[in-house]
Amino acid sequence: MKKWRLAALTAMAAMALAACGGSSEETTAAATEGAETEAAAEADTEAAAEETEAAEGAVWTFGGTGPLTGTTAIYGTAVMNGAQIAVDEINAAGGINGYQVNWIFEDDEAGTETAVNAYNALKDQGMQVMIGTTTSGSCMAVIAETETDNMFQITPSGTTADITIPANVYRMCFSDPAQGTKSAEFIATHELATKIGVIYDSSDTYSTGIYENFAAEAQNRGLEVVAVESFTSENKTDFRTQLQKIQDAGAELVFLPFYYTEASLVLRQADEMGFDPLFFGCDGMDGILTLPDFDTSLAEGLMLLTPFAADATDDLTVSFVTQYQEQFGEVPNQFAADAYDCVYVLKQAIELAGATPDMSVSDLCDAIVAQMGNVSYDGLTGAGIQFTEDGEPNKDPKAVVIENGAYVLMD
Amino acid sequence: MSSFISFLINGISLGSVYAIIALGYTMVYGIAKMLNFAHGDVIMVGGYVVFVASSTYGLPIWLSIVLSVVVCTVLGITIERIAYKPLRGASSLSVLITAIGVSYFLQNAALIIFGADTKSFNSVVDFPSISLMGGKVIISDETIVTIVVCILVMVLLTTFINKTKTGQAMLAVSADRGAATLMGINVNKTIAVTFAIGSGLAAIAGVLLCSAYPVLSSTTGSMPGIKAFTAAVFGGIGSIPGAMIGGILLGVIENLSKAYISSQLSDPIVFGILIILLLFKPSGLMGKQIQEKV
Repeated sequence: MKKWRLAALTAMAAMALAACGGSSEETTAAATEGAETEAAAEADTEAAAEETEAAEGAVWTFGGTGPLTGTTAIYGTAVMNGAQIAVDEINAAGGINGYQVNWIFEDDEAGTETAVNAYNALKDQGMQVMIGTTTSGSCMAVIAETETDNMFQITPSGTTADITIPANVYRMCFSDPAQGTKSAEFIATHELATKIGVIYDSSDTYSTGIYENFAAEAQNRGLEVVAVESFTSENKTDFRTQLQKIQDAGAELVFLPFYYTEASLVLRQADEMGFDPLFFGCDGMDGILTLPDFDTSLAEGLMLLTPFAADATDDLTVSFVTQYQEQFGEVPNQFAADAYDCVYVLKQAIELAGATPDMSVSDLCDAIVAQMGNVSYDGLTGAGIQFTEDGEPNKDPKAVVIENGAYVLMD
Repeated sequence: MSSFISFLINGISLGSVYAIIALGYTMVYGIAKMLNFAHGDVIMVGGYVVFVASSTYGLPIWLSIVLSVVVCTVLGITIERIAYKPLRGASSLSVLITAIGVSYFLQNAALIIFGADTKSFNSVVDFPSISLMGGKVIISDETIVTIVVCILVMVLLTTFINKTKTGQAMLAVSADRGAATLMGINVNKTIAVTFAIGSGLAAIAGVLLCSAYPVLSSTTGSMPGIKAFTAAVFGGIGSIPGAMIGGILLGVIENLSKAYISSQLSDPIVFGILIILLLFKPSGLMGKQIQEKV
């Protein structure tokens, strides 16, 4: 019996060691990446400093945070790279009000404490305006800090409704509730269907928030919601009963405001039942085509609300995608596009305010906030982007449809 | 009418998955008298083995399933030897807590090995679905296979327990462990065999669960595991036909309440019925009434 205990202990110790090994590797990777970012930032500062000697050596310092390591690393990396492209373009064209821009970025591992630490590190490096954070959770932690410091903050991709409560915080993407409203608006204006069925996750605030706003807007726009079905996180594998009820109610379109993992099951079960309505999802649906081993033919014809489609043919998108692919070797996603637009919106607001980099962080923030209402910008994620006083973007929703296993922008 | 039949068939198909998991629960409980809460996670391991074998290494599907059964059987015996056997004399509460510990250990180990992202599982059964009433009612191929396997396993298990020497030893251990030891039955070996069979069944349940609902993550087994445990209690824990009937009833009740009452209230209704049933029949539908001797 002792031997077995020993074996168990050894096995557990080995697992623990393996776990430690994993995390220490990650930390090293993070540290290395951090160092690289810093080095890059330093190099940038030097280059920028040389170029702006004429302008009394002053530069704008925009800072951002996002996960560069961990499971959501693609989001942070996209924000870092997308903004870099905008900054490079602006610097090449002479900067903002004659001053070059320096873009610095820190890894926040999508955590709350780590994000606050990253924010402090950026402040030490002279950040004047924040473009971040990338994820909602870390953003909620950082808004308290920027509010105290009165630093202007615009998040490219934090969707939680409460993020924009402080007066100094703005957002580029649609908030969770706004996605519901915009989805109903899109379905009504494009006359996709009049009889609509909904399945939502009643145990998730994201899904419930979208559904409630969707239902309200659908009613305003004369869409008939014929069936509303729900599921919970404990019961998220079998949707056949819900689908059957929606089919019996005669729905032409089924709205699916939840994540792609569950949606992949809904699509498969509907296919088995021979139920073939239009399916419409939100940003949580983004990723369904990259789910390992998922039969993408099931997603054919699926529509989803997304601010950015990399295959759009307008000049701005084409040049952004080409540049991004050249510089970073991959197709940019919506996070990169949102970050790119953030930089240009800031540029416009600063130019309208006639601000200069020698202003204090707090004065600069007040000057930018005073001009945000006057900003009107044609960007990657929408034409004529404007901002409300609450810090929310006002732009037309865009949607894509999946054709031949790829996103195609809907007109 | 066709809708009602559809709802009923959906319920039976969901219930048959619960039933096959419940068989493993009920067998281990019936013989070893312990609740193996790690059973659901052994199912998850079974799913991952088939996924890795067939998807990553390209092995034929029958070989992947055999491999999965072997891996889970060995895993079950190992868990029993390391975690449960040293506690044989301890209170049942200690064993229960250990089982919960094993469950979390397996989930987190899977998280480290396979990562947090959900895998999409390719169904192992592939023949056309049956279409009734002019295409209004469809019975999927996975449902048919699950029900057939479930009945097959139930018959085999019952025969095994009633007709073989090892099976008889199991019954003896179940009835009175002390007396069985005195009669020369190796209790430790008998319980190890029980775990081996239970875990092998878990592998098959895992394959069928992942075929019916083709997503795979480290928590895939936990919720169906709890539902199946409920089904086992419903049918009378320790009773093999009870597990099957309990599982199917649970699936049908769950789906009909989703269909005709509310999709939000289905779980409260299922567990409410369980409470009422246990109030009137504390040993479950098919459970044995054990007389307390004074």
